[in-house]
Order: sequence, then C-alpha cells, then structure tokens
Amino acid sequence: MERLIVSPSPHIHSGDSVKKNMYGVIIALLPALAASLWFFGIGALIVTLTSILACVLFEHLIQRYLLKKPSSVMDGSAAVTGLLLAFNLPTNIPIGLILIGAAVAIGIGKMSFGGLGQNPFNPALVGRVFLLISFPVQMTSWPVPVVSRSSYLDATTGATPLSIIKEGLGTGKPFSELATEIPSYLDLFLGRMGGSAGEIAGIALLIGLIYMLIQKIITWHIPVTVVGSVVIFTGLLNLIDPTSYANPLFHLLTGGLLLGAFFMATDYASSPMSVNGMLLYGIGIGIITVLIRTYGAYPEGISFAILIMNAFTPLIDKYMKPKRFGEKVATQKA
Amino acid sequence: MSVVLITIVTLAGLGAIAAVILYLAAKKFQVFEDPRIDKVEEALPATNCGGCGFPGCRAFAEALVKADDISSMNCPVGGADTMSSVAAILGKEAGSAKPQIAVLRCNGSCEHRPKLTNYQGASSCAVAAALYGGETGCSYGCYGCGDCVVSCQFDAMYMDEATGLPVIIEDNCVACGACVEACPKDLIELRNKGPKSRRIFVSCMNKDKGAVAKKACAVACIGCGKCHKVCPYEAITMNNNLAYIDYEKCKLCRKCVEVCPTNSIHELNFPPRKPKVEQETPEQAQAE
Amino acid sequence: MQQKIGGQNVLKTFSLGGIHPSENKRSADRPVEILPVPPVVTIPIAQHIGAPATPIVQKGDAVKVGQVIAQSSGFVSANIHSPVSGKVEKIDDVVDASGYRRTAILIKTEGDEWEASIDRSPDIKKEITASAEEILQRISAAGIVGLGGATFPAHVKLSPPPGKTCDILIINGVECEPYLTSDHRLMLEKGEEMLIGVQLLMRALKVEKAIVGIENNKPDAIHHISQLCQAIPGVSVQPLKVQYPQGGEKQLIDACIGRQIPSGKLPIEVGAVVQNVGTAFAVYEAVQKNKPLIERIVTVTGLSVKKPGNYLARIGTPMADLIEAAGGLPEDTGKVIGGGPMMGKALTSIDIPLTKGSSGILIMPREIASRKPVENCIRCSKCVSVCPMGLSPYLLMTLAEKAIWDRAEEEKIMDCIECGSCSFTCPSSRPLLDYIRLGKGKVGQIMRSRTK
Repeated sequence: MERLIVSPSPHIHSGDSVKKNMYGVIIALLPALAASLWFFGIGALIVTLTSILACVLFEHLIQRYLLKKPSSVMDGSAAVTGLLLAFNLPTNIPIGLILIGAAVAIGIGKMSFGGLGQNPFNPALVGRVFLLISFPVQMTSWPVPVVSRSSYLDATTGATPLSIIKEGLGTGKPFSELATEIPSYLDLFLGRMGGSAGEIAGIALLIGLIYMLIQKIITWHIPVTVVGSVVIFTGLLNLIDPTSYANPLFHLLTGGLLLGAFFMATDYASSPMSVNGMLLYGIGIGIITVLIRTYGAYPEGISFAILIMNAFTPLIDKYMKPKRFGEKVATQKA
Repeated sequence: MSVVLITIVTLAGLGAIAAVILYLAAKKFQVFEDPRIDKVEEALPATNCGGCGFPGCRAFAEALVKADDISSMNCPVGGADTMSSVAAILGKEAGSAKPQIAVLRCNGSCEHRPKLTNYQGASSCAVAAALYGGETGCSYGCYGCGDCVVSCQFDAMYMDEATGLPVIIEDNCVACGACVEACPKDLIELRNKGPKSRRIFVSCMNKDKGAVAKKACAVACIGCGKCHKVCPYEAITMNNNLAYIDYEKCKLCRKCVEVCPTNSIHELNFPPRKPKVEQETPEQAQAE
Repeated sequence: MQQKIGGQNVLKTFSLGGIHPSENKRSADRPVEILPVPPVVTIPIAQHIGAPATPIVQKGDAVKVGQVIAQSSGFVSANIHSPVSGKVEKIDDVVDASGYRRTAILIKTEGDEWEASIDRSPDIKKEITASAEEILQRISAAGIVGLGGATFPAHVKLSPPPGKTCDILIINGVECEPYLTSDHRLMLEKGEEMLIGVQLLMRALKVEKAIVGIENNKPDAIHHISQLCQAIPGVSVQPLKVQYPQGGEKQLIDACIGRQIPSGKLPIEVGAVVQNVGTAFAVYEAVQKNKPLIERIVTVTGLSVKKPGNYLARIGTPMADLIEAAGGLPEDTGKVIGGGPMMGKALTSIDIPLTKGSSGILIMPREIASRKPVENCIRCSKCVSVCPMGLSPYLLMTLAEKAIWDRAEEEKIMDCIECGSCSFTCPSSRPLLDYIRLGKGKVGQIMRSRTK
C-alpha cells in the first residue's frame, strides 16, 4: 500500500476551480458574441479573435520570458480579458490598435501587478480607456448594425444613440423629440444600434448574467446595484426635467451599461469582497456613470466609473467588513 | 501685465507665509535626539535583521547610546569590528562575543529517515507542525517545508532537493537567528563558529528511546552515552536520550565523533584525518 | 415548527454562510453491529479536551470492565474506565493519530467480566430518581465527554458559571458532516433511551425546555423522535434545512432558536446548552444503568469501502479492526480520516486506537483525497460568502501567512470555528483553513500571555 496522505481538514473540495469560473464567464459572453457577429459581421469576428489571441499570447510571453514562471494561460483569464476588451472596441478598429490595447491590458493592467487576481483595475478596461484617450477618432467611429455585413475597416459608420442624445440635448432639443431619431426600445434591447462589439444586445447580456448567477460565478449584488442606481438616478433627473434628461429605460439599454454592470464591474480581482462593500461599489459605479453621461464630456461613462470605483476597492475592503456572526447579539434572549 | 504681477505677488506671498509656518512648526515641534544615535546607526550594518534582539538597527543604536554598559550587547552581523567601532563612538567598552553561526541539528535526510505518510497541507513547517509529527517516524525532525529558508534574508540557506533538508551557507550566515525563530521544531541552533570555523555538534534532536529513534532514522542519536563517557572535557551532557555538546567547553578533540555508533555527531571544516583513522570512519566525508 | 414563507415550507437554518457538500451517507440504513472485544486495547490518557487523566493502575493489575483506570486530574478533565476485563500489559508512550508519542494504557483482554454495579439488563429504565446533583456527579464519574467529536468534558458544560442561567437545552442530532451516520442510527435505534438522557440533562440543568435539532436529510429520525417526544413534556424536534456546519454549537443555537452568541462567548451567554445525541445516550447509560463511557457507535465508511456500516465498539479498539469489519482497506485508499471529511483528522496509520471522540472512520480514495495545486487568490469572495461566522478567510490567511498577528486579532481570527467551508469552496484550492488555524494558535497564545 502506498503511503497515507496526511493533510489538515477539510478533506473534501467543492471541485470549483479558477478554470471553471473563467470558462463560465466565456460561455456567458457567447450570446453577446453571437449578437455581435449577427449585427457587425466579419468586423466583430476579426476584432474578437485578434483581441483574444493577442491577450493570451502576451500573457504567455510575459510569463515565460519576462517572469520566467510556468505559463498559466490555460486558466482562461487572459481569454476573458481579451474577449471583454474586444467587446469594448468598435468593430472597424485596425488590428494594430487592438494589439496595443491587448498589450496595455495584459502587460500594464494585469501582469505588472502580479498577474491573476492581483490587478487593482479591470485589465480590459485599462486597455480600452488607454485606446480611447490615445486614439479618440478610431475609438469613436461606430459601424452601424447591418445584418451579415462583410466589410471590416470600411464599414459604414454612424453615431450611437448615446451620442445622438447627448449632442441633441446639448443643443437644447427636448428629449421627446430626440427619441424619434434613435431606434425603438425593442431594437435597443435586441441590439440593433451602433456601439462597441459586445455591448449592443441587452437581451444577450441578460442571458449571460442569468447563466453566471445560476452557475454561482458571481452574486447578484454588483449587477443589480449598478443597474438599479442608474435607473433610480436617471429616473429622478427625468422626473425633475423630462425635456433635458433622458428617461431611465434609454440609459439602461444604450451604451455599455449592461456589459459593464454584468461583466466588467463584477471582475473578481478589482471588486470588493464583502456584500456591503459590493453594494456600495455598485451604487458608486451607477452614480458616476450617470454623472459622466449627463454632465461629462464623454457620452458614455461606465468604463471610467468602473475604473474609479476599482480604485476605491481597497478602501471599501478595509472599512466594509462582512456582517459578523453574533453582532446582532443576544438581545433576542427571551 | 497686471495679471502677471498679481500672480507673482500672490505666489510669493503664499510662499513666504508657508515658509514662516514651516519655520515656526519646526521650532515648536523639534525633538532633541542624541546625535550619537545617527553616528552609531551609521556604524551598524543596516540589515535590520533583528539579530541583536531589537527591532531594527535604529532601535539598537538608541539602546546602545542609552545603555551604560554595552559589553553584553552584540550585533551578530557586524561582529567584533562593528562593536568596537560603536564602542569607540560612545566611549564605552565593547563586549567580546564570539562570532556565531547557525547549525542544523537534524540529519534525517530522505535516505536516512524513510517517509511513512505523505503530507499535502499548506507548504509551511508551522502548519505541518500544528497538524502532526511529520512524514517520518521521527516527530522531532525536520519537516522540510523550508520556513527557515524563507525567513533568511541573507541568502544563507537553501533546501537540498536530494536530502530534503536545509543547508546553511557558512559564508553568508550572520547568525541573526531568524531561522532559529522560524523553525517550529527548534532544530537550528546558534553555536560559536569556532577557530577556523571548526565545530562539532550533535545533529539530532530526537528524544525518543534508542530503539524507537533508530527505527525512525538511521542517523538518530540513540542516547547511548558513549560520547559522554569518552569526552575528556565534560562538554557532553545526556538528557532525555539525547546528547548535547556545550560549545563553550568543547575543545574540538573529535573523540566523540569517532565513538558515535550512528554518526549523529558532526564535525565541520576539519582537515582530513590520518589514513588509519579515516578507514575507521569513512562516514566522515559524508558528514562534511 | 416550520415557518411558512410565501406559502412554502421554509426550513430553519443558521443565518450566515454555509455550504452543502455531497452527503454520501452510504451507511445510513445499516443497523449498528456490535464489534467483538479485541485481544488488546490501547487507552490513551488524553482523550478529551483539558488535562490528561492520571493513570491509577500499574503493569500487571487485573481490571474489570467499567473500572476506573485513569482518574480525572482537574475540573476540565475526565475519568477513563477500562473497556475490557484483563491485565494491564504496560503503560507506555504510543504513537497517536498525529504521529506524536503520548502516554497510553495497554490492556490484554481476558474474558469479559463487568463491574457488578453496572446494570446490563436490556430493559429501559424510565423513571428518573436521581437529583440534579446526583446526575452531574454520575456524569462526571462516568467520564462522559462531548461525543460529537469535540470531546469537551460533559459535566463542565452542565455546570453554568455563577451569574449565568440556562433556559433551554439543545440536543444536536444534526450530523452535518457528510458520510457519517452514527448519530442517525443512534436516534433510530436508541431513541427512547436517548430521550431519557435528554430528560436527565434537563433536570441537571434545571430547564423546562429542550429541542432536538435534526437535519431534513434524516426524515425517518425526525419522524421517530417526534413521535417519542409527544409523550415527553417540554421536548420537541426541530427539523432543519441541510446545511453545513449546522452541527456547530453556535450555528445550531442560531438555527433552532435564533439567538446568536456574541464573539468570544460561550453558548451559556444566550442561555443555551448544547449536547450531542450520543452524549445524551451516554448520560442515560451512566445515570440509569450505572455504566461508564466504555464504548461508542462508530461509522466506518468511504466511497470504495466494501461494507460501510455502523459499529458499537469498545474504546481502545484498533482502527484496523473496525476497518476489517467493514471489508478491509480498499486498494485505492489514499487517506484515512478519524471523523468526518470536513473537520476530521487525517490519520498517520490505522494501528491507532478508537477514542471517545471518534465518531467515524472515513476512508478516502487517493484521487479525492489528494489536494489540488494552489493557485493565486482571484478574490472571488466565495470564502467570505460561505463563512458561517462572517469572517474574511482570504484576509485571515494572508495575515497568518505574513505573521501579522495584531491585525489577525482585530479581524476576529479567534471567532473561526474551523469548519473548513472556506477551503472547501475556494476555486484556487488555497489552504485557507491551514493558515487560519495556525494563526488562531499564535493569536491565542499572544492573548493568553497578555492576561497573565
């Protein structure tokens, strides 16, 4: 008989693993990818593939040759970053820019902090925001959705609903009039609008969220609070002045709010650990997003909002502890 | 033009006010510190290893300045040189601590001490020690998870893959005692380095009865007491089936090494013996 | 006593965290078998929490079943009785479950002669004549310890410190550890005796109310005990949702009566005392039958064990005998665990003896028993969400690893009940509890040295 194994308890394990969670996220993103391919065609395919391959390759190279450690790209986390980065890019972006974005996301956003689980900011968003600030023109030319398109760089572009409304409200037109210039809410929900590769189809993202919740990859706290606080905040603004503020449903269905709330804000490493912390973090993201959307220079603010709240995560973790057993005390003693 | 002027005046004014505040604050909150503390600190090696028993070199410097008699205080890293220069700064008598070095009091390598179980907990000796007596039949020996190696900040230790035991690199060891603290089994001892780095010690901590110890490990001290009897200087004491050599009394005659039936007494850095003797103790080479 | 929420029956459970590992209760329907008396028994003198007992027999002494062979050496200590009749072979240091050598008394069996004072008749003695003091005195003399696995001397828990009052007794029939079934079988087979034990405990504690908490995966036990309870005033059954670690004292009190014990306090703080069903049965035997704690029910099980079952064995029986009774050690054995898979202790060999705290022997196949390689913490916060004490295991592990003891104390490392839910659930297979346990040891030492 072989030697008995001795280890401290517990002696069984749930079987959960980093891989399961990461591939679970990828599966949850598949509906959104399908929608993207449907509306943006070949461009979506090129951007997504390039981004994933670049992220995986950069992580592998950095680990093998710079850090001289065994490569762990098979755990799927680099692929998730690549997929999310692609989902945050327009589908007509040149490959060179994707490579730069991937290098920044993996190199600066993730590996420079120590790799998996150590990154203070969401790597995909670091890459995206870097590109947005460095290449504003390429990053804000959005192909219009055309079913089964075969053009990539020369795709016809148009404004996103968010920028139409933002510019229109800026010139003093009432929201009710502008609402006729954008697709119907049903089209927005189904994804028939201009935007980044993966953010368009609310329904696909919702399916992904439900999958992640069922698989217990994430909990409901962050997505619900982000979406909830956006709805409440924009709802209040809209109640006060319906002509110069868009209604909550519009905010909910446009831009990257759902992608951000479901997939980016919930990034394990850069979000808080306690339930209270998650709620505060989610509310913070929601409010900052609305502030940027309504008062800021950019039409969309979810990326910045998430990065800003990422920066607060260590502070939140320090002061927002989970509810401890016994805190509610023996007051119930009969 | 006026804009430039106002800017300059405002900035200059702000600067002046800030300067006055800073000056007053510096005066008011000034803490007097013995200037010798800085000098002593400079003389110390700045490793902040804690080997002196104080939290860092600065604290040690403060204590040195404060103390009337520093002869019992020693910086193991700097040794006698450092202490005499410190003594010169302070005008006090330096002690005469002999240089020390860490030795590992376990020789139960994979070959000598067969493993009975397979440890799979966290890779830390402290965790393993809290759980059980270790993978082998000897519950006094080295766990081989390398807590001592992690604790060493002088690169003076590494784990030998073949034996499963840590190795102390003599040239790098400064006897700070971090590994002594880290070892949950108290297997590492600081001993006098000895003349020409020659020293003799019992490389075993097993307190079990002879037969039990021998069964668990081929090179265990079985407490037979032969070394105790042969030692002409009464440097060896027997306690709980275990021999211990007092390094202050040991005159390095090596008689105990020869009589030890399990080769658990180690001699380090001695020249090879005369051929005749060497045949009797071929294991000496291995002990080195 | 089920709460109705939204038209559905929602079973009670504790309020924070918890996990639900596969139950694998393979031996649940195997009746308890009596194991033959072994030729030699080994009785360690430290089988309980507290001071080891002092041996009062010598080599060569003849002993009878039930005779005291080692005496309690303090308030928190327990008597040890001979489980067999025969001759004391020797008193020696013997390797225990953790590989260390500890003092034990070895007795060579000769026949099976019991102390005359022990009532060995099979009749159930129902009427309770003993007073509270007599009951306590009997429990103490019989060497009864908490049989759930913690082995805390029972009489200590039954003597509330001055100024504290107890108003409810909670009987732990949860058996939340996967695989184990000894308490389940005991409730089914010895339910009546167990409930007399409960009444004895109630009298000793001077309380009017007792609740038997049983998890919903044992419907037969819930049914059986509920029916028996109908005749006993003040005793009721509380069915509970299956959730680990419900058998933890703090969790069980929270689940049954909704009272939470404050940090660092004992159950008596909220007026409750918890005893295991096995302990209640032992109390019945000690008080009504004058029989000390010399045997217990043990589950021997595992995924590849041929004949998983429940056995009534004398204390001191070698584990190897029990494993033999269950069909021998399977080929693919990787780990043998004394107790359940979540909180049990991995054994270094199968030659060690059965002790008062051994609730089961679990034999794990190598594949399941091996730990997976440790990866980086991905901060998924799953450990935080499963912690039944509301702690942050990821943080406590780091603090313990880096030896930052003061922060660990601030983060309430001492509240950890070592249930292992965090390590169980960690996707990165990090040894969270290994380090937290280490930290608890160190912080406990620091705290004790401070009060001195």
